[in-house]
Amino acid sequence: MSTALHGYNIGYLDEQTKRMIRRALLKAVAIPGFQVPFASREVPMPRGWGTGGVQVTASIIGPEDVLKVIDQGADDTTNAVSIRSFFAAVTGVATTTRTDEASIIQTRHRIPETPLVEGQTIVYQVPSPEPLRFLEPRETETRRLHALADYGLMYVKLYEDIARYGHIATTYDYPVMVAGRYLMSPSPIPSFDNPKMHRSPALQLFGAGREKRIYAVPPYTDVESLGFEDHPFEPQHFDAPCAICGSTGVYLDEVITDDSGGSMFVCSDTDHCERAGSPLTDAESAGLKDAEAVSIEEVTA
Amino acid sequence: MYVAVKGGERAIANAHALLAKRGRGDTRLPRIEQAAVAGQLGVLVARVMSEGSLYDPELAARAILQAQGDALEAITLVRSYRTTLPRFGYTLPVNTAGLPPQRRISATFKDLPGGQQLGVTFDYTHRLFTDRDAEGPQTAPGGGAEPAMPRVTDLLGAGALIEPDHAAGAGDPEPGDLTREPTIFPMSRAERLQALARADEGFLLGLAYSTQRGYGGTHPFAGEIRVGEIEVEFEAPELGFAVPLGRVELTECQMINQFKGSADTPAQFTRGYGLAFGRSERKAMSMSMVDRALRAEEFGERIVAPAQDEEFVISHSDNVQATGFVEHLKLPHYVDFQAELGLVRRLRSEFQLRIDEMPEPVLTDLTDLAEARA
Repeated sequence: MSTALHGYNIGYLDEQTKRMIRRALLKAVAIPGFQVPFASREVPMPRGWGTGGVQVTASIIGPEDVLKVIDQGADDTTNAVSIRSFFAAVTGVATTTRTDEASIIQTRHRIPETPLVEGQTIVYQVPSPEPLRFLEPRETETRRLHALADYGLMYVKLYEDIARYGHIATTYDYPVMVAGRYLMSPSPIPSFDNPKMHRSPALQLFGAGREKRIYAVPPYTDVESLGFEDHPFEPQHFDAPCAICGSTGVYLDEVITDDSGGSMFVCSDTDHCERAGSPLTDAESAGLKDAEAVSIEEVTA
Repeated sequence: MYVAVKGGERAIANAHALLAKRGRGDTRLPRIEQAAVAGQLGVLVARVMSEGSLYDPELAARAILQAQGDALEAITLVRSYRTTLPRFGYTLPVNTAGLPPQRRISATFKDLPGGQQLGVTFDYTHRLFTDRDAEGPQTAPGGGAEPAMPRVTDLLGAGALIEPDHAAGAGDPEPGDLTREPTIFPMSRAERLQALARADEGFLLGLAYSTQRGYGGTHPFAGEIRVGEIEVEFEAPELGFAVPLGRVELTECQMINQFKGSADTPAQFTRGYGLAFGRSERKAMSMSMVDRALRAEEFGERIVAPAQDEEFVISHSDNVQATGFVEHLKLPHYVDFQAELGLVRRLRSEFQLRIDEMPEPVLTDLTDLAEARA
């Protein structure tokens, strides 16, 4: 397929840049969890809106690939739509919303509910690659701590949570230990998703554009969420099933339905929700469609 | 409702159409032409070129129009374009001592070889609204050969009163390029200067100002500020000699700072350096002050102020990064917020349980107590 955007290289980035990023990716895969500095380029999205993920995807995507882009688990959030249409324009590759059809999945803040398989690559958009950053703001210092595998700071932080609240009070971007060596930020996915990273058959790549770091978890690598013997890691769980498809054991978004405290819980993963089937009546479905129409009109008004 | 919070391709397309409509303004009025922006908003164009790291007045003017006057948006546009350009080589260093200045001032010497030349400046204008029609200067510049204008730092350098361009034995190493190589702290001064040249003018201005108010003082004197156009040359390997590529307008500031000396070395003034595209005096001055402040470690000064802290300054000076990350808070965060919501609810219910389990406190009825006293 040919690129649809005249005057730009396929995949937007020039080939020299792609080679530089691929080298960083190879190093990242060779040292799981280690943050590899790379000369992050400007891309047509603002910093903090997925520029790292975009550069990683642009460097690995080929004409045979099928791309899925999600944000908050959903394919139809504006930023996911925007990035997907960007790649459709600069690569001409096929896009999909189905997790099982995609060869590359670029994500912000979620891992799909459908288990990933061998051959798939998931690209995480990472705002803050340094798991120790809020404990130690200095890069020179955190680099030293990683080199020495000195992660006492993080354990103290988790211990202080337990002392103060009775349990660990980190719910997303929950730190993980990769292959028993490097402490790593899983990006701000809910800790609910952390177990999916452990020995995943898929290749997991992480791009932090603003912070200029790339890291990776190769397939079948140990990814252990930090915890203590008496206070082990505990991911979130939801009591109710999805109000739309009835799924349990999935991550749910709370949706406020009125101004008197009413809310419902629905799948954050829209692809999963669609395919899990909808127990809604036709009338209710029609109501939802109307609401969509209204929301678009509101935007354009 | 559930779907109301989701976006849609139609919504994005419509929002973009709205943006274009707002940017067009009153359709009875003609559009502002790109050439008009380049010619009449030259200072803004210079800023977009400097912080966009690309010398192209026409492209910068186009970016300003497309960004509807939002400087940071225009800078982002220029940077996103610049990054796609192949790098086919590097120009020769420009010799700013040979920069024929249309403006050149020194605050350290009343007169100096080559003289002072006020040139194009807002300085000494009364900030009153005036008619916009401009006339040329009353007296044309004198003809004849341009006098030599050696840099003030070279004049002082001749007497070793100021530190040289390079420390003895430092050689002239190839400067790094942080748009091509990863940034690793601590940086070399050359890399730092590159970062500062791309840095947000307002951020540098604030930092420079802070050093004047006691947060890492450097006692600056504006040794020399010069603005002018200089030829850029490129040495093509096939040719074996340098060919001119074109001219760029530059603003250079050499700040002379507090002297250093010790039992072993005689006292000598230190320097800070600033360079920016176009007429960018405020930027070049701020840059030179921050550059000097960031050399604190080199001179064995105590690092106590933000402007002296390399990681703090460099990590937060790039406005493309800063505005992107601040504004990314507009993106949905409901997955993370849901996680926090669940935790706060859990903490509150645990708190309530603890309260409920507490033994009833022995309450004293204050009215009884009051009555007993009476």
